[in-house]
Amino acid sequence: MSKPVLAVHGLSAVSARDRAPILHDVKLIVNRGETRGLMGESGAGKSMIGKAILGVLPRPVRVTAGQIRFEGQDLLTMPGPSLRRLVGERIALIPQDPMTALNPGRRIEGQLTDGLRLWRGLDRNAARKIALKLMEEVHIRDPERVLASYPHELSGGMRQRVLIAAAFALEPKLIVADEPTTALDVTVQKQILRLVRAMQRAHGTAVLFITHDLGVIAQICDDVTLLFDGRVVEEGPTAEMFERPRHAYTQALLDACPRYDRPRAALRAVPAEVIARLRAEAASAP
Amino acid sequence: MADAAFSAGRAEIARGRFEAIRPCLADPKVVIGGGFIALLVVLAIFAPWIAPKDPLEQDVILGATPPAWMAGAEPGHWLGTDDLGRDVLSRVIYGARVALTVAFVAASLAAALGSALGLVAGWRRGWVDALVSRAVEIWMAFPPVLLSILLVAVVGAGVGSVIAAIAIIDWTRFCRVVRAETINQASSDYVTAARAVGFSRTRILMREIFPNVLPVLIALVSLEMGIAVIVEAILSFVGLSVSSDTPTWGGMIAQGRQLVHESAWILIAPLTMLFLTVLAFNLLGEGLRRALDPALQR
Repeated sequence: MSKPVLAVHGLSAVSARDRAPILHDVKLIVNRGETRGLMGESGAGKSMIGKAILGVLPRPVRVTAGQIRFEGQDLLTMPGPSLRRLVGERIALIPQDPMTALNPGRRIEGQLTDGLRLWRGLDRNAARKIALKLMEEVHIRDPERVLASYPHELSGGMRQRVLIAAAFALEPKLIVADEPTTALDVTVQKQILRLVRAMQRAHGTAVLFITHDLGVIAQICDDVTLLFDGRVVEEGPTAEMFERPRHAYTQALLDACPRYDRPRAALRAVPAEVIARLRAEAASAP
Repeated sequence: MADAAFSAGRAEIARGRFEAIRPCLADPKVVIGGGFIALLVVLAIFAPWIAPKDPLEQDVILGATPPAWMAGAEPGHWLGTDDLGRDVLSRVIYGARVALTVAFVAASLAAALGSALGLVAGWRRGWVDALVSRAVEIWMAFPPVLLSILLVAVVGAGVGSVIAAIAIIDWTRFCRVVRAETINQASSDYVTAARAVGFSRTRILMREIFPNVLPVLIALVSLEMGIAVIVEAILSFVGLSVSSDTPTWGGMIAQGRQLVHESAWILIAPLTMLFLTVLAFNLLGEGLRRALDPALQR
């Protein structure tokens, strides 16, 4: 088997303000061309891992240990300028909220072609040609109009398509999709998921898909990593993990999902003893 | 075919440069405030042709004659004369020159200084931010009028000193607002996205964040111009602005104050101009703030 695109080992991070742990000894592998789900409740640290990979951690968060190897190179020890170039060219982000992820004061064209012009040195016309091709790929009708628009003139689904097009612009090796469907309604969600899947297959890109939505994971991820409180609880192929969860927490999460085939069943929370067990495991871990 | 579509796109982009102006012109506050300021600018620039008399020409025999609509008015002196027989209307028109010069230059300088520091402090945070923020706090503890009088008294009177005094005192207003807005913009997702693309911090600040801070800044500049007009009038009033042979509204108010019971018009004319000018700047600023705010507009 070929070497993974991304290999995170022993990644730990704390809040610089109160030294509160945010991530602890996280291990995460993303293989070439695969979709790895990164699943967890709110505050489990899944977005922090995405931000750490992209080098855009918020100021109060400090990485204290570990490696983030991208194509063999450790991003954490790389000097600033080469890191910016490597990440800018080879790793892309599909952000969570399409409403705020585009600069309200700039036209779509500029924002879509930023990377192409910065790292490929393309002039405006050349970048525009690629932009039009990308717009077609993400099924945007009337690409000329959209390119000349400001973000507020587009719908949420449309903006998310633009962001997906922007993510694929430089043919990256890895895309960090940080809950890209959370802010969209369910019908648009489905279209966007299909689109990401199709784009990923066409371009052979690996995707780290961050979400708390088990349904989304089941639909598009090959493998899953489950986080709780900044620690990896369970990891493995999606189908296997959903059918035979090894950890009680995974089982409890699956049980907590509302199911259309049991409409009258009461909703279940994750039992307190499962949480207690997780905390005990965390406390006894080195 | 593709070329046609392409040039259509280009035309649309060219048109867009003027898009920001449209909502501004729809706002009555902007129209009224901006209209008055524009009128004042015309008066100030063309004062020698518009003013009916020489503002410095004295005529002791015609001292303190009332405006045209009052009994005992002297023909040709529409707003009457002051105690030295100088034409009040002409002096009010010429007074706009100093007032507007100070307003535009001092407000621009204060804005440049304050927003530069505010942008850097809000974007870099850390010790830079701590330093700038403490400086602002210390600065704002001084009573502004006293500080400006002190500054001008030390440096010497004159328009240059007045402008410098206003800029040195009022940069804090810009600094506070621009810093807060920069911090606000810096936390948005589009800035994270720009960082992920790999842009340098300077480029993100200038090309991504600054344009979104600009609407607030523009509105603030207009408000600051009103403040600058008042500060200039105060310094003229206490005789620390330009030399006494250049007409200023503050100087006229100081002069008219002594005769307020007998010849109130000497005081009322410059006071009215001062009031209207500051009102106009405030209306303009308020209107621009609403019209340019993307959150309110969209």
